[in-house]
Amino acid sequence: MEATITKTIIPSDITRRGFVKLLGAGLLIAVSDGATFGQARPRRGGGGRTAKPVAIAARVHIARDGTITVMTGKVECGQGARAELTQAAAEELRVPADQIHLIMADTSLVPDDGLTAGSGTTPRTVPSVRQGAAAARAALIAIAAQKWGVAPDQLDARDGKVTQASPKREITYGELAGDEEAAKEFAKDTPKNVTLTPVSEWKVLGTPLPRPQGRDLVTGGHAYPSDITRPGMLYGKVLRPIAYGAKLTSIDLGPAKAMKDVTAVQDGEFVGVAAPTSFLAEQALEAIAKTAQWERPTDAPSSKQLFEYLKQHARDLPKNTFAAADPSKSLKATYNVAYIQHAPLEPRTAVAAWDGDKLTVWHGTQNPFGVRSELMRALGLAADAVRMIVPDFGGGFGGKHTGEAAVEAARLAKAAGRPVSLRWTRKEEFTWAYFRPAGVIEIEASLDPAGKLATWHHVNINSGPQAMETPYRTPQEHSQFVQSKPPLRHGSYRALASTANTFAREVAIDELAVMAGADPFAFRLAHLQDERLKGVLEAAAKRFDWAGRSARKDPKTGVGLACGTEKGGFIATCAEVRVDDDGIAVTHVAGAFDCGKVLNPGNLLNQIQGAIIMGMGAALREEMVFQNGVIRNGSFGEYRPPRFADVPTLDVELVDRPDHNSAGAGESPIMAIAPAIANAVFRATGERVREMPIKLKGKSPQARSSTP
Amino acid sequence: MDVTIHCAVNGKSHAVTTDDKRPLLDVLREDLHLTGTRYGCGEGQCGACSVLVDGKRVFSCNTPAARMDGKQITTIEGLAKGETLHPVQQAFLEEGAFQCAYCTSGMIMAAAALLNEKPNPTDADIRAGMNGNICRCCTYVRIENAVRRAAKTATAANAGGR
Repeated sequence: MEATITKTIIPSDITRRGFVKLLGAGLLIAVSDGATFGQARPRRGGGGRTAKPVAIAARVHIARDGTITVMTGKVECGQGARAELTQAAAEELRVPADQIHLIMADTSLVPDDGLTAGSGTTPRTVPSVRQGAAAARAALIAIAAQKWGVAPDQLDARDGKVTQASPKREITYGELAGDEEAAKEFAKDTPKNVTLTPVSEWKVLGTPLPRPQGRDLVTGGHAYPSDITRPGMLYGKVLRPIAYGAKLTSIDLGPAKAMKDVTAVQDGEFVGVAAPTSFLAEQALEAIAKTAQWERPTDAPSSKQLFEYLKQHARDLPKNTFAAADPSKSLKATYNVAYIQHAPLEPRTAVAAWDGDKLTVWHGTQNPFGVRSELMRALGLAADAVRMIVPDFGGGFGGKHTGEAAVEAARLAKAAGRPVSLRWTRKEEFTWAYFRPAGVIEIEASLDPAGKLATWHHVNINSGPQAMETPYRTPQEHSQFVQSKPPLRHGSYRALASTANTFAREVAIDELAVMAGADPFAFRLAHLQDERLKGVLEAAAKRFDWAGRSARKDPKTGVGLACGTEKGGFIATCAEVRVDDDGIAVTHVAGAFDCGKVLNPGNLLNQIQGAIIMGMGAALREEMVFQNGVIRNGSFGEYRPPRFADVPTLDVELVDRPDHNSAGAGESPIMAIAPAIANAVFRATGERVREMPIKLKGKSPQARSSTP
Repeated sequence: MDVTIHCAVNGKSHAVTTDDKRPLLDVLREDLHLTGTRYGCGEGQCGACSVLVDGKRVFSCNTPAARMDGKQITTIEGLAKGETLHPVQQAFLEEGAFQCAYCTSGMIMAAAALLNEKPNPTDADIRAGMNGNICRCCTYVRIENAVRRAAKTATAANAGGR
């Protein structure tokens, strides 16, 4: 079955009506001209909340041969939405997962499920897909009931058939789909009150379904956006400024135009070339770049002054009005978090093809409908003139919400009169993609005479308000986010500012625990109010053997822990580090994560392990270095993401809570590793770390030794 | 300056005429339409572009195609034998050793090269052999498991006289 699915190719140039035909004259006919395919307004926010109800047929299509196609506006970039949404549909249609063919993020075919971000797919789109699929199941039963003249409650739908026990008879979903009543039933809006399958009866959800089409991923067969080719396609390159804020004053396109088969185009500050090979396009761009004259900005920022700069430009900094209960037991500290880059392994790439005034773009973005709007605005096109197709792409991490490459490819393709593929270079990706915001966090806190938290004042400058509220019981507390003037272009990043806020808070809590003479685990537990957060902290500490490891007396080794909650996920992480003359090595990590009912334990574990290791990068090494508006470390040689040699022993516990709704898990597991490492480094060295990435006097992080 | 080279790619002979500074990666992807080998950094730092040249791992992004005259090149598309996946591919599939999987072709080629050289690698061998490859989704734990699994299945298959 999987082979059949992977070979289903939807031609790019089909119309909506053509799509109906392709899927087999099934249920979509009645609604194909109606407002059901991606007609809801593009919006931000990562939800599955379309402005108006979605017709059943816009979500589920059943062909006469029984093939089930499910449609979603969500994208797959490694987080596992394809498996999870396939499971959601299969569960409610009561068929095995391999019977579901899921079409994702093709704006001409799917409903707008919003941005794929903010851990929104699990809490919002999974329910939307389940509702659509459950409504389809109910509709199939209703059609069969009408056909046989029996009450719907006499019938059961599963395994692709509607059956009646007595008299014993059955009819396939495919046969029902051919019924003329089917078109009417499926044209109806998905009812809000449709009954969903209870957790206790789940057969597909809750199981570790592997990524659909995995075979294509290990054979090189899957076409990522950068692998898409079109007949006559050229390769594009775009001229970038020499520094942030630099203005182009003049350029001569002549050297590029003199090259055979090269198109060069200028439209104000936009300058680009297209050529039959990437190599020729690079040579053409280099040739004209040499002729460019630039006006440099006078106040270009540098990373050395970054934190001072953010503080100086902070707007309306609040004052701490809480009096310390005991001034000898009070903390006033500043925590700095550097700019980092998402650096997805596939740089942003788009292929644009024009057919007259109609534009089709293949692009790896987390925001298909939003980027369609961007293209409409940039090129003066109506919604029905732009089709965005998002093939499963190579990593997002919150970094691919915008459509720069799509707009650039479309402009080049228009100028060249041929399809153009534009793939950013690694250096462009490091320099011109938006960054995770840098931040300065100022914390003032104090203990009462009994060593309990008395006051807490947390101010985040520039990076954001996520996970800023303290989960620790404190009589007087205030947390506030204030904006500043960001010197670099910043945007979303996996878990947003919850990493920065959790880092600052969890290091500060560690400092206060030391001040109170308490064990950091016991101190946290004594102040935590949320039962689920306590639960993961206890689970992680047990798994890690906190008591045993923290009692060890190796002077070069230290342990630390941290916890936090964000977007319905609860994470606790314990880390052991070894610090010697070569630097910091993280040797052992244990974590526990609770995101409610687990939908796919295999994918969930993969996400948590990946998030923790990714978080180690930002904790230990990742940091953008820039000077006078120029990025100085825009390569994998100079900006060092985690590698195999850095991976500690990693022990993760999934806390399954069927009594709670499922929350997204792609983000929050990243939050607690950095403060856990920082606190462990303090235990190992006595040196308090208040900066991400962690810097010790005279030491740099080291790769974990491969040999003991 | 254009040069013409003769090489075998996935067992098939090719005569390729190309600029002598053009990277092998571009020739594979743009001329031979083998898009399973991927660009990640252009400077041999991430391993996404890994291919086998005479059985050894090479970063195709910073290797000029002109140096490939007379060489045997294997890309991810040429690793399986018909419908039968290479043990490393099979192990990656069974372990689910990927997230976005953009790095997967390069990881598999690096692992295949490692196992060619060291059929029974230690964990330290695996880390050292794979450390030139970046998985930005950080699926490293599963990838290590997959390489161990592939080594075991390949060894077992050899012991069985196949």
